[in-house]
Amino acid sequence: MASPSPTGLLRRGEGMHSASFLSSWKRILLLRETSSLVMLFLVIIVFFSIAPLFLSKENVGVILEIIPELGIVALGITMLMIAGEFDLSVGSVFAFCPIMMALFMTWGMHPVLAVVAALFVGIALGALNGLVTLVFGIPSFITTLGSMLIWRGGVLLITGGWPPPFPTQMSTTILVGKIGILRASLFWFVVVTFLLWFILERTDFGNWMFATGGNQVAARAMGIDVRKVKLANFMLCAFLAGFAGIIQSFRLQTTLPSMGNGLEMEAIAATVIGGTSLGGGVGTLIGTVVGSFLIRIIDNGLIMARAPSYWFRVFIGIATILAVILNTFVRERAKKLRC
Amino acid sequence: MHDHRYLVEMRNIHKWFSGVCALRGVDFAVGYAEIVGLVGDNGAGKSTLIKILSGFYPPDEGKIFFEGQERHFSSPHEARDLGIETIYQEAAMVPKMSIMRNIFMGRELSRMRLGSLGYLDIPRMEEEAMKALQGVGLHLRSPHALVEELSGGQRQGVAIARAMYFKSKLVILDEPTNNLSVKESEKVLEFILELKRQGISSIFISHNLYHVYPVADRIVVLSHGEKIGDFRREETSVEKITKLMVLP
Repeated sequence: MASPSPTGLLRRGEGMHSASFLSSWKRILLLRETSSLVMLFLVIIVFFSIAPLFLSKENVGVILEIIPELGIVALGITMLMIAGEFDLSVGSVFAFCPIMMALFMTWGMHPVLAVVAALFVGIALGALNGLVTLVFGIPSFITTLGSMLIWRGGVLLITGGWPPPFPTQMSTTILVGKIGILRASLFWFVVVTFLLWFILERTDFGNWMFATGGNQVAARAMGIDVRKVKLANFMLCAFLAGFAGIIQSFRLQTTLPSMGNGLEMEAIAATVIGGTSLGGGVGTLIGTVVGSFLIRIIDNGLIMARAPSYWFRVFIGIATILAVILNTFVRERAKKLRC
Repeated sequence: MHDHRYLVEMRNIHKWFSGVCALRGVDFAVGYAEIVGLVGDNGAGKSTLIKILSGFYPPDEGKIFFEGQERHFSSPHEARDLGIETIYQEAAMVPKMSIMRNIFMGRELSRMRLGSLGYLDIPRMEEEAMKALQGVGLHLRSPHALVEELSGGQRQGVAIARAMYFKSKLVILDEPTNNLSVKESEKVLEFILELKRQGISSIFISHNLYHVYPVADRIVVLSHGEKIGDFRREETSVEKITKLMVLP
């Protein structure tokens, strides 16, 4: 057998840069983000041709200020789904955290402290989801279906249906301040995306996440603490949902008990459209960002095209199914390309 | 007293599962750089014996010596830290992950650590992964190919390369040739011989004697939880062992 000699080694990057035209095509087709990007591009063209104002400076600003709130939630879902679990309670946590924040402030807590405390509430809710799921060994779908109802009910119980007054003494610049047409929330979205991408793709913890979601038995056999990995992601997911909820409450200057209703479905749709697998172990954060753009752009584009707003859900449904079909189909075909 | 000729020695191992006796008084040893074939029918106790050796559960009775020292494993982790690596066909790899990420799964190389996060040293992992693969004679194009794109034999090769790279002393292969084509099986046998050439001991579990016989230095036969045969290859033949396995 060949013994590993320095000369026999493949140098780093070799075989990757010598890719032919065909194999770089194959590479692009195999990317999980490709089909959602293509759809996004088509949707933008279609809406622009129907309603040219769709790409006006003002409207682009409107789209960019609503995307981060969905996007940040969807990024959390993506991380958790890659680790092989699920969270349906993000919409409820999205409402629960800002309401707790407002409540803390009416109790006289310093605004900054109240925000931090509310975020810790989010982390605690995620930990609860994770612990119940892992200790009792039940599907997270069930746990979080339950906690979705519990925290939505909790929000209504706490507020009695009447939102606590949004504290006016506090500055909202850091989360939603405006520079031209851009809001600070977009900056936070970019920061969160980059941080999570780094954790997922460039750290050992990210490798454990893919392993845990991809083959739990193998991961455990190689000494990975799969329960710790999952618990951390449950907490991260709920934290991000709470963070996004606080951003929205800052933007709207109010905390409504109905905030985030149905958000869990949009976030899951954005994740799946972006190429993340429901089965765990496979997914990309950039895909989820594209998915979030797609959903909010369809939402906004239908309004600009003066279509009845009922069409929104129909289109999101079609987009979700189409994205997964495209993804599966295109990748299967691309794998068969010889190169 | 302990015999230092062996890397690992299990003595008088007993194991019961809720009243059913899975192993009764089995003695089992593996020498240095020795390939031991472990054969027997389904339910003979092969996997119970191996799970005890790899730390999945403790024996109810009996002792385990590794490199001359008595050991009690309370988890697979402990056994692995000593250099006992078990490769289960189904559970060895994450198919949707790249070869490189599979090789370093749970033992990643990092440039620096930030709290409990390690910043992966990807260039070094690429290089070391290719080195590890070439160590078993596997010449794959890129360490970034997904494991699901590999053949069954190549997957076994990656798992064996991983064990070799992390300086395992004993590699336990559970049915490594199951569901593989003839050609692929031959490849796996070649990997096992490569382990021996590098001085690593291995246990080759299979119900297919025709795979075990050509490569094993010694063949141990289990039946109904007891050891009924322990032969050097020269002393026996496939026919003799088959008879032994079928008779009782």
